Amino acid sequence: MAALTASELRKTYAGNEVVAGLSFAVEAGTCFGLLGPNGAGKTTTLRLCLGLTGPDSGEIVLNGHAIPDDAQAARARIGVVPQFDNLDPDFTCAENLLVFGRYFGLKDAEIRAKIPQLLDFAGLSSKAGARLSTLSGGMKRRLTLARAMVNDPDIIFLDEPTTGLDPQARHLIWDRLKQLKSAGKTLILTTHFMDEAERLCDTLIVIDHGRKIAEGSPRQLIAEQIEPQVIEVYDEYHGQLDNFVKNEKHLAERVETSGETAFFYCRDPRQLLARLAEVDGLRYVHRASNLEDVFIKLTGRELRD
Amino acid sequence: MLPQPSLLGWLPVWQRNFLVWRKLALPSILGNLADPLIYMLGLGYGLGAMLPSIEGQPYVAFLAAGTVCASTMNAATFEALYSAFSRMHVQKTWEAILNTPLGLGDVVAGELFWAATKSLFSGAAILVVITGMGLTNGPLALWALPAIVLTGLAFAALGLIWNALAPSYDFFMYYFTLFITPMTLISGVFFPTDQLPGWLALIGGWLPLAQGVALVRPLLAGQVPADALIHIMALLATAAVAFAIALHLTRRRLLK
Repeated sequence: MAALTASELRKTYAGNEVVAGLSFAVEAGTCFGLLGPNGAGKTTTLRLCLGLTGPDSGEIVLNGHAIPDDAQAARARIGVVPQFDNLDPDFTCAENLLVFGRYFGLKDAEIRAKIPQLLDFAGLSSKAGARLSTLSGGMKRRLTLARAMVNDPDIIFLDEPTTGLDPQARHLIWDRLKQLKSAGKTLILTTHFMDEAERLCDTLIVIDHGRKIAEGSPRQLIAEQIEPQVIEVYDEYHGQLDNFVKNEKHLAERVETSGETAFFYCRDPRQLLARLAEVDGLRYVHRASNLEDVFIKLTGRELRD
Repeated sequence: MLPQPSLLGWLPVWQRNFLVWRKLALPSILGNLADPLIYMLGLGYGLGAMLPSIEGQPYVAFLAAGTVCASTMNAATFEALYSAFSRMHVQKTWEAILNTPLGLGDVVAGELFWAATKSLFSGAAILVVITGMGLTNGPLALWALPAIVLTGLAFAALGLIWNALAPSYDFFMYYFTLFITPMTLISGVFFPTDQLPGWLALIGGWLPLAQGVALVRPLLAGQVPADALIHIMALLATAAVAFAIALHLTRRRLLK
């Protein structure tokens, strides 16, 4: 069964179509990524899926429930990690979990029995009685993740779960998300970090201007959308790069320049590498292409803020 | 799991606010008590010494009944404005709750009942103090407690309308200067409304604070209020209609 299906969703705010005929399906037990630049319609799509706002047209079925009509019942089996921290600052870690569990109609004794296990999952066992103000950003995010697990949900929505975290904290969150997936949970994730999507997502869609512009597994998208190798060439002094690009662009399938950097996307980089070895004043990095290259190719290099 | 939506969906929201309050209960009660009591004692005995008895009772007893109602109104109003706004707009507590099976109706009802509870704490605390001072007359005064709850519900619901419209905390000042303060002066809190021009007294008599005063003052004096049912229904109707409007406006604000 699909954990979530959305068909032909449309939503307009003040004459601006934020979601413009979006369709996708999420297989149960997988991690699904919803990617797109700022303003692409990701957050609105999540709000639609949770029944927090109604679509102008289109259909959503979440965990077998029609959304938004049956959203409250659906949310009983859903966990949400929002983009911005909305933990209760007046409470300790344990109280946050207790109070949140009550919103799901759970009995206090039931919740209290779960709290040690939830705190352990979040790596916060020693912080049960700690006030929120004493927690770091990473700890708060982990507590938010634990809070989303209080009702033992089937599906967990994560809106940019690692934005603003340091690498250690990000890796810990990724590790927990992988655990959840192994436990059979469905994860629905939005992120700006392509390495995060590449690591976690089984399938993903890229949206822009409320429309789906690509869909597939990270590997599939990289294979289909882009050349397998990238050489990034940086200008060390001035003036070298333009000439180099002009003379050597036939050695790559595609070249993009952005400021002082040229990106050579190619299938066979050997000739280009040989040329680079002969040129002075250019620095380069040779790497396999990744999801970020796909994302940039699909959505462009311009800023979206 | 609760069957959703549930008649008791507001309860966990109320419990959340109660748990926060419990951590700060003593300073909160003292703070809510001190200000109205200082006014009541200062005006009641200071001004009262110069005044003849009003409606057959000393001025301080007259003012005590008004103070119970005004404090009830203020407690409910502050909670429904500043505190609810913090939870809705600043802390995003409501947003967190809306990701659970609870709906916006549960959240706003939880806030309504919580603000009414806070107003009950406040009104009841003053009732205890003035009873200790001998300013109430007989057990009928206990019936002031449900009247306080009704007054609190009405003002909580009215405050939640303004909360739903507020862009920032500054906006609440207008509610006090345009609505709460003038109402306090024409609802018979400080002086009988027959001192007012007829048309103003008429307007004052329709306002929810006057409905509360019309119930509480006779009860504290040991009398059954005249037209009690009308006042009760007026407060209930105010609460119900204002709640419906507040919910509609909050839905437009948060779930668009």
